[in-house]
Amino acid sequence: MSIFWALLRRELSAFFFSLTGYLIIAVVTLLTGYNFVVLVQKLGTDPATMPLTEMFFSSYFFWLILLLVPPVITMRLFALEKASGTFETLMTTPVSDVQVVAAKFVAALIFYLVAWLPLLACLFLMQHFARQSSTLDAGTVGGMYLGIFLTGGLFLSLGCFASSLTRSQMASAIISFAGGVGLFSLAYLAKGVPVNDPERPQVLAYFNLFDQVDDFTRGVVDSRAVIFYATAAFLFLFLTLRVVESRRWK
Amino acid sequence: MIQVTNLTKRYAGCTAVNDISFTVKRGEIVGLLGPNGAGKSTTMRILSGFMPATSGTARVAGLDVFHDSGEVRRRIGYMPENNPLYLEMRVSEYLKFRARLKGLSWRSARQRVSTVMEQCGLTDVPRRVIGQLSKGYRQRVGLADALVHEPELIILDEPTIGLDPNQIRSVRALIKSLAGSHTVLISTHILPEVEMMCGRVLIMLGGRVLASDTPENLQRRMAGGSQVIAEIAAPVDQLRAAWEDLSEVEQFDVSPSDGDFFRCALTPRVGCDLRPAVFALACERGWIMRELTRSRHSLEDVYVQVTKPITGDGE
Repeated sequence: MSIFWALLRRELSAFFFSLTGYLIIAVVTLLTGYNFVVLVQKLGTDPATMPLTEMFFSSYFFWLILLLVPPVITMRLFALEKASGTFETLMTTPVSDVQVVAAKFVAALIFYLVAWLPLLACLFLMQHFARQSSTLDAGTVGGMYLGIFLTGGLFLSLGCFASSLTRSQMASAIISFAGGVGLFSLAYLAKGVPVNDPERPQVLAYFNLFDQVDDFTRGVVDSRAVIFYATAAFLFLFLTLRVVESRRWK
Repeated sequence: MIQVTNLTKRYAGCTAVNDISFTVKRGEIVGLLGPNGAGKSTTMRILSGFMPATSGTARVAGLDVFHDSGEVRRRIGYMPENNPLYLEMRVSEYLKFRARLKGLSWRSARQRVSTVMEQCGLTDVPRRVIGQLSKGYRQRVGLADALVHEPELIILDEPTIGLDPNQIRSVRALIKSLAGSHTVLISTHILPEVEMMCGRVLIMLGGRVLASDTPENLQRRMAGGSQVIAEIAAPVDQLRAAWEDLSEVEQFDVSPSDGDFFRCALTPRVGCDLRPAVFALACERGWIMRELTRSRHSLEDVYVQVTKPITGDGE
């Protein structure tokens, strides 16, 4: 366990002691901030009945961040170590492959969640200046962050897998971006096909990321969605582990 | 300490290591010598547990490097080629991190890090970022990392490459100081390095071990065929006739030197030392002799000799 903590600390410090890390946080903050400004203007002209958190996520900013940021966060994880040769020094210490994959993924997830923290400030600012006290509800905020955590987990695990496949950070980012766009298109397809269409395969419903995220931001936690995200993330992490192990049987 | 039996490693399309066997005893410093692409790095990577062999076994301290990989890795300090480091970390931070990865407790990690920093001459740069250090210092950080968990076996892949002569000297002195308490396996293609540091040399070429002996024995093995150089002042036809008559001389070459002197390069038959015979001859005929030497074979000659037949085949 202490080895896992040492690895996690090192991965986190690589994020937080680098310019790229702060650039990512700045971009996320800029996008959410812009989204916030647009929202305030909209609310100023006509009142809305939607929860505030849902309004935040009904714009395309969230999806932009979800598609762009995880590939940039994860591209470094394995690709850079392989390119610089530190992968060899790392794997010749008595660490297990599981520890390495887990530490890298958890560090990326923590960093991703930290990048989303400024959004909380936006929401509290809104509540502070709104007349109603019920503008913000703990349930919806909690649901929203659970949604960010789960979707982020899926896209970051995809990024981990992409990074483990190559020694070029650029290739890793492109692969995980393409994978993300693939998932996104599948979600689009799932949303487009009517629910009562008899031709519609049952499995497609699980890929409807849009409605699932809407549910989360409304404070509705659907266990099917939670299980879908968790298993999909584990699948990609398992694939990453197999790739890392592959040097033993290749 | 190391037992390698019939080790083979094939990559797609080429055989990097071809059925090699050797052993290294505890406390020895062994040099792995060979040109680029001889299979040195591959052998070291297999021993360090980074990748498995295609066939054959490698044991370190009696443990199989593939099946007991974790335990073997705990006993090995490995510095790969080009010494990769996390460039954004600070020296002491990096060494502490590495010590923790190798299973040391927080307290003993701190203690060992300060010991190895002293041992490797890093005490003046503990807070410096590794990326800003000179190559010599980085190399020392790599060595300190290999030593930090007090491994029984230290594997260093070209530890002195790219260093200036002073740095090379200090790294060599450091490695030499490890003899006895640690077993060290070094790869290099610099010959004098092996002569200076290693108790035994393994010469590798094309994925095979071609020779394995102490540097002195390898030189001695060559000495039988050493050329003798004699500079003698005498008429050239008399000299030629004399060498022709001397049965121990297999080949000779007489070339004019300055003044009346001629330089004679004599190749003896295997196993003879020509010098007494040449001296006796010069005395008998009353020739003036100003030089009589036997060219001492360096390890370089051994290396060239050993690696020649195979490169010759390729041509």
